Amino acid sequence: MLSKKNLQLNANGDLHHLLSIEGLPKRIIERILDTAESFVGINEREVKVVPLLRGKSIFNIFFENSTRTRTTFEIAAKRLSADVINLDVARSSANKGETITDTIANLTAMHADMFVIRHSASGAPHLIAQHAAPHIHVVNAGDGRHEHPTQGLLDVFTIRKYKKDFTRLTVAIVGDILHSRVARSQIHALTTLGVPEVRVIGPQTLLPTDIERLGVRVFSSLEEGLKGVDVVTMLRLQNERMNGALLPSASEYFSRYGLTPQKLALAKPDAIVLHPGPMNRGIEIDSAVADGKQAVILPQVTYGIAIRMAVMAILAGSTR
Amino acid sequence: MNDGLPDAEALFATLRDTMAASIAIDAKLVGVYSGGAWIADRLAKELDGEHEIGYIDVSFYRDDLSTSGLKPTVRSTSIPFSVEGKHVVIVDDVLFTGRSIRAAINTLFDFGRPASIQLAVLVDRGGRELPISADYVGAPLIVARHLMLALSKDDAGIFSFTTEPWKAL
Repeated sequence: MLSKKNLQLNANGDLHHLLSIEGLPKRIIERILDTAESFVGINEREVKVVPLLRGKSIFNIFFENSTRTRTTFEIAAKRLSADVINLDVARSSANKGETITDTIANLTAMHADMFVIRHSASGAPHLIAQHAAPHIHVVNAGDGRHEHPTQGLLDVFTIRKYKKDFTRLTVAIVGDILHSRVARSQIHALTTLGVPEVRVIGPQTLLPTDIERLGVRVFSSLEEGLKGVDVVTMLRLQNERMNGALLPSASEYFSRYGLTPQKLALAKPDAIVLHPGPMNRGIEIDSAVADGKQAVILPQVTYGIAIRMAVMAILAGSTR
Repeated sequence: MNDGLPDAEALFATLRDTMAASIAIDAKLVGVYSGGAWIADRLAKELDGEHEIGYIDVSFYRDDLSTSGLKPTVRSTSIPFSVEGKHVVIVDDVLFTGRSIRAAINTLFDFGRPASIQLAVLVDRGGRELPISADYVGAPLIVARHLMLALSKDDAGIFSFTTEPWKAL
C-alpha cells in the first residue's frame, strides 16, 4: 500500500518531494507561486540563468514520452545552473526487465540530487520517493490518471496573474475529466486556494462517478456550465478514448463540447481560456478561441518554466 | 536606542553625507532587499543628482542553499535601467561576511558590465569571509558573532537597529 501521508513534507513542514497537489497546505502552494513570480523576472532578462543549483544533478526520467513537459523541466533546471540528464527510460533498461526501484538505485549511485518522473502508472513517483535515499528529491511530472502537480501549479499561477483574487472566482474545467491528471491537480489547487466554485463539464462517460467528492459542481451541458464563469480550462481529448467507444466521434464531440466563440460568450466577458496542450484544434477548441484574445495558453507555457524553477529551487533547499 | 545599539538615523545621515561628497552625480543605486532597499530609497531622495534605483534579492545567488534552504519570501530583482558602462553603488544595511555582497555583484553582472561598482553600508560589523570592503560606511560596529543585526523601518519611515539570535533564513 502506498502511503501518501506527509511523504512530501520534511519534519519542519517544508516541501521535500512534489508528488501531488492533494495534501499540500495552502502556505506551500502560495510559497511556490510567490517564488515563481521572482523567476518570471529572470526569464525576461538577457542572462536567463542564476547559479542557485550549480553542481546539482537533476535526472529527467520519462517512462512515458512527453517532449514538451520534459523540455520545460530541462529549461527550468538549466536556468538554475543544474546539470540535467535526460533518460528516455521508455526505450531503455525498463525494457530489459529492470525494476523502477533498481533503476532509481543505479541513478542514485551516479550522484543524482533530484528525479523528475513521468510514468503511465498512477503512484509511481510516490513509490520512488518512498524508496529514495534521504537527500534525493522527487518531482512528479505526471503519473497515470493521478496528478500532474506542476501543471496544476502553473494553471493557478496563470489564473492569479490575470484574476488576482481566487476567492471570488468561478472556474470551469471542460472535457475528459476521467482520464485527466491535469484536471485532478487543478481542482485540488483551486479548492485549496479558496476558489468558491469549481465546475467540471463533460459527457457522462468521461466523468468519474465520485467526482463531487472533490467539491466540484458537475455539468453535462457545456452551455449551462459556462454561464458566468471567470476561467475556462479546456482539456485535451485523447484520441485513444474515441477507439474505446467512450465517445461517438470527434465531430459530435466538437459540436457538444468544443469551445467556440459563441459558447465562450456565455462566460463572463473577461473570462480567460486555459489549455494544458497539446491542443486538438477543431475537436475540443475552435481556432478562433485558441488564437483569440481571451486565450492565455502560451503564457501558461512561459509561466510553466518559472513554476518548475520555483519547485526545484525550493526542493533543493530542503533537507531531511 | 536599545541594547546599546547605535542610532540608525544618525548613521544614515553620516552615510548620506559621506556619499554626497564623492559619488558620481549619475551613479545608480542598487539596494539589497530588504534593509538595503529602504536605504537606497532614502538616499535617492536625499542626495543631489539623479540617482536611478534598482533592487536586488540575492536569494538565487547565495552559496548556502544546501545548508540554509531557500528564503521563505524571495522578492523580485528589478534593475529598471541598463548597468552597461554605468557607475553603480550597491547599498546594504549591514556588511558582515561579505557573501551577500558577492552574490549582489554576481547578480549585477548578469545584467551587464558596469563601469564601476561601489559599496555603501550603514554598518560594518567586521567578520569578513571574502575580500570585500565598503566604500561608504555609516559606522563600524562590534556585534557578538552569535547575534544577527537587522535594520527595521517603522510606519513613519524611521530606521532603527535590532539584534536577535541567528535563525535559518
